[in-house]
Amino acid sequence: MKPPPFDYHAPRSVGEALEILTEAGDEGKVLAGGQSLIPMLNMRLTHPRHVVDVNGLTELATVEAGPGGVLVGALARHAQVERSEPVAAVQPLLRRALGLVAHPVIRNRGTVVGSLVHADPAAELPAVLALLGGSVRLARPGSTRDVAADVFFTGPLESALRPGELAVSALFPALGPRSGTAFHEVARRHGDYAISGAAALVVLDEDLRVVTARVACVSAGPVPVVVDVTGVCGGDRWEAADWRGAAAAVWDETEPEGDIHASADYRRHLLGVLAERALTEAAQEAGNR
Amino acid sequence: MTTRLFGEPVRRREDPRLLTGRGRYLDDIGEGAYEVAFVRSPHAHARIRDIDVSAAIDVEGLVAIHTWEDLPARLAEPLPLLIPHPALTHGRTAYPLARDVVRHVGEPVVMVVARDRYLAEDVCGLIEVDYEPLAPVVGIEEATRAEALVHEDVPGNVGAHLVQEVRSATGLGAREAIEAAPYRLEFGLDIERSASMPLEGRGVHARWDAGDRSLRVHSSTQTSTSVRMAIAAKLDLPLPQVEVVAPDVGGGFGVKIVHPWPEEVLVPWAAMLLGHEVRWTEDRREHFVSSAHERAQTHHVRVGFDERGRVLGLDVTIVHDHGAYTPYGIIVPIITSTQLPGPYKLGAYRVEFSSVYTNTVQVTPYRGAGRPQAVFCMERTMDRVAEHLGLDRTAVREANFIQPEEFPYDQGLIFQDGRPLIYDSGDYPESLRRLKDLVGWDDFPALKEQAAKQGRRIGIGLGCYVEGTGVGPYEGGHVQVTSDGRVHVSTGLTSQGQGHETVFAQIAASELGVPIERVSVVTGDTRRFGYAVGTFASRAAVMSGNAIALACGKVREKALRIAADALEADPGDLEIVEGEVRVVGSPGTALPLATVAVLSNPLRYAFDEEAGRATQFAGTSSPDRPPVAEGDEPGLEGRDYYSPIRSTFASGMHAAIVETDPLTAEIRILRYAVVHDCGNLINPMIVEGQIHGGVAQGVGGALYERMVYDEHGQLLNASFMDFLMPYATEIPRVETAHLQTPSPLNPLGVKGAGEAGVIPVSAVIASAVEDAEGIRIDRMPISPSELFDLRRAASSG
Repeated sequence: MKPPPFDYHAPRSVGEALEILTEAGDEGKVLAGGQSLIPMLNMRLTHPRHVVDVNGLTELATVEAGPGGVLVGALARHAQVERSEPVAAVQPLLRRALGLVAHPVIRNRGTVVGSLVHADPAAELPAVLALLGGSVRLARPGSTRDVAADVFFTGPLESALRPGELAVSALFPALGPRSGTAFHEVARRHGDYAISGAAALVVLDEDLRVVTARVACVSAGPVPVVVDVTGVCGGDRWEAADWRGAAAAVWDETEPEGDIHASADYRRHLLGVLAERALTEAAQEAGNR
Repeated sequence: MTTRLFGEPVRRREDPRLLTGRGRYLDDIGEGAYEVAFVRSPHAHARIRDIDVSAAIDVEGLVAIHTWEDLPARLAEPLPLLIPHPALTHGRTAYPLARDVVRHVGEPVVMVVARDRYLAEDVCGLIEVDYEPLAPVVGIEEATRAEALVHEDVPGNVGAHLVQEVRSATGLGAREAIEAAPYRLEFGLDIERSASMPLEGRGVHARWDAGDRSLRVHSSTQTSTSVRMAIAAKLDLPLPQVEVVAPDVGGGFGVKIVHPWPEEVLVPWAAMLLGHEVRWTEDRREHFVSSAHERAQTHHVRVGFDERGRVLGLDVTIVHDHGAYTPYGIIVPIITSTQLPGPYKLGAYRVEFSSVYTNTVQVTPYRGAGRPQAVFCMERTMDRVAEHLGLDRTAVREANFIQPEEFPYDQGLIFQDGRPLIYDSGDYPESLRRLKDLVGWDDFPALKEQAAKQGRRIGIGLGCYVEGTGVGPYEGGHVQVTSDGRVHVSTGLTSQGQGHETVFAQIAASELGVPIERVSVVTGDTRRFGYAVGTFASRAAVMSGNAIALACGKVREKALRIAADALEADPGDLEIVEGEVRVVGSPGTALPLATVAVLSNPLRYAFDEEAGRATQFAGTSSPDRPPVAEGDEPGLEGRDYYSPIRSTFASGMHAAIVETDPLTAEIRILRYAVVHDCGNLINPMIVEGQIHGGVAQGVGGALYERMVYDEHGQLLNASFMDFLMPYATEIPRVETAHLQTPSPLNPLGVKGAGEAGVIPVSAVIASAVEDAEGIRIDRMPISPSELFDLRRAASSG
């Protein structure tokens, strides 16, 4: 379990990093927190010719919470985002979701943007970005582009990031008024990737009727699966809305696969249970906000 | 005897070193050594057609590539079958490097030596092995169907078959007793694989001194003495030219008692061949596929019993999956079949096992060593009997217990040491009373009812076991007091973190009457002690502990004799307190042990001031006697051995309260209670630590761990991401109570404690989940996904 040979680069600026990545093309791999890349290298599951270590790019270690949302720089660690009070005020789901990400030592090192780019459909943060309709900013020398979450995740461990690009930040939209979120998951062990999980967003109008209700599911498909259940429970006051029916809609529209830890049927059953828990809790938060 | 330290919760003296990164583990040894990596079989069963190294030989930094064909005479033979047994009619072991056929994924095929491990792995990736795949045999069912064979010359894939039967007092065989019983039950049970999984994997470092033709080997092993003998034999070296040291070892749990591992002979051979230090450090992926697993068994049970639940006849047929090879013989199924009766008097007992080959990693003892399966079987049986009769589960156990006045109790079986299975002591009814108190057994129904009102499901379960510990043949201890007053203790068996440096020092300090700070302990170093067996079977405290106590007795006797002479007193009037020999009742008259040590060694040369007291003109020796008396030896030291007639039998009873989520089927342990009896406690804190660790591993085996092989014999979860060892967050707080029933078999009255915690956990959790759910649990481990499936099956009728 030793990595294959690679050239190590430690650029001092974003500009330098982009040049190296452009040069490296699809032979390049960015090292940020290293919580996924290093094990994959050690198991020789990936063979990049160039590893570009961005840990020196402190300009990317930013977390900005504003009216539009939370802008997380590529070098911001999970722990930094999790502990930020302004972040928790602007978008409380981030703190909730990050509490479910692995363990404190991993969160001290791993990065939010790194987790998004890694695009593991069992991970919490891609589901959060997808649920909230956030985006990822990708840079190459001289240009940047923002890619919306619904097109950013393209498959298991696959994203819209092109060879030579560096993901420099991600934007998680703010939680609006009369809105609530929740995240529930079941993992085999504390901190493991969830065998099933559901994040929910519920938005109410001034009469506390449901305007929007969405669920993002983890470990339910090749990418985070977002199911809009507004059609089931929209228009009703939140206390009276049919959250069980909404959860059943999630259950209907997802088809998780089984693996050695959980059968497909069990995962699907869990999705129903967890979606209902998440929707009810999000609605309660929206109603009381 | 000063007993102040014996029985005290002395803090572990090794911990400051081990917990602050100052341990010296295998990978810390041999800076600059060449490193080894192996090309291992990607197939479960295949014939090797060709090995092509041409793409690899030009890699800068490559030192050597070896295949089976390169091995010298004795190294080219199959590895030894360590524990032969007449019932093991078809024992097979692997070659150090695969010869023609590979029989499990992970079997070593090519050895690569390079400047470092990175390069060695690069080279491995460039070597092409051409395999002709053969039909793999995976799992007990396929093994017994025997449509394909793991070894061509082993018909039916059966390596061993053994029947033991104990007839009833009236002469009935078990099957007759069952037929004649008022009640009968018949069912099947199933236990999955797990593994020892020490934090530190295996590893070997070797240094050959071509000048004096000597070999020093470090191995992360549970037996350095036996590794030494194996290396000397395999490499054709005189034994005195080989020394083997077990450095700090980061856990063993059984897997490191197996020896010699291929690497333990290949690495020293390479060091000799290359004239350079060579090291191999196993990585986690290798450990999963190339060391050893345990547990997998199926049981078929028939039981006959009376209206009180007394077992009149028990008939168990076991199929044990031992993987591709049998280097450790059939110890695991022997232990399962002989420890199955536990604390009970069975009317008649018949047990039959077949040990079968599969194309999977070999099976050798893992902490508990066959007992978790045995206890699962016996305790599931007790629960079924109770359920069938509508009796409390504890009442059925009480009805079957061996009573305190019935010891020594002969179970009528032959144990793993080849000796009669005779329990030395115990008090099972008292253990159960204490367990019921500790966990609140009698109050539980009310608690359960209350929980049910809140929509919660909770259940309680229990499990009882007896564990044969401290098996022979022997261990030894050497104790030397040097002229600075320090006490040097050594024993040949090895340590893997148990706390031997502390408990052996406690024993020596207590027996000799010296402060513990003056005592140092060395284990597992053949330079210090050459005769030993090893650390397994919960035997270190019993075997080496007693040997050290006996050796201390010799030192003490000699010290008193020499001091009596010097003080002109009667040895019977002397005692050793705080490192001084004193005349009882006259504290002013004292001679430090340091001085006694000086006097014990008549000297010609005064290398320091103290030594001057023992030289010829110091006036301390009588001119009428030879300086060293006939039959005496210079020096204040003693060596002794402890070799017991048979094993001691520790026992314990565990209970757990679990909660199962009605919706998600998650299983949570709310409480875990242990009553444990390992005779006299040398250090209660260390015993509790052993129990906690054991319970943690047991929880792993009950709820999390399994080896998931697919039909091709590929291990699908060979990493810590998918092999789910529990974290601290999954382990309940363990509540313990001790009972101390001394063993009459050894001077210290101790029994082993190392494996105890793990043994009944699967049985206990199964019992508790069954109680919570009202669904029969007959296979372990159980995951939430499986509980969900069981619920659906139960509700669909």
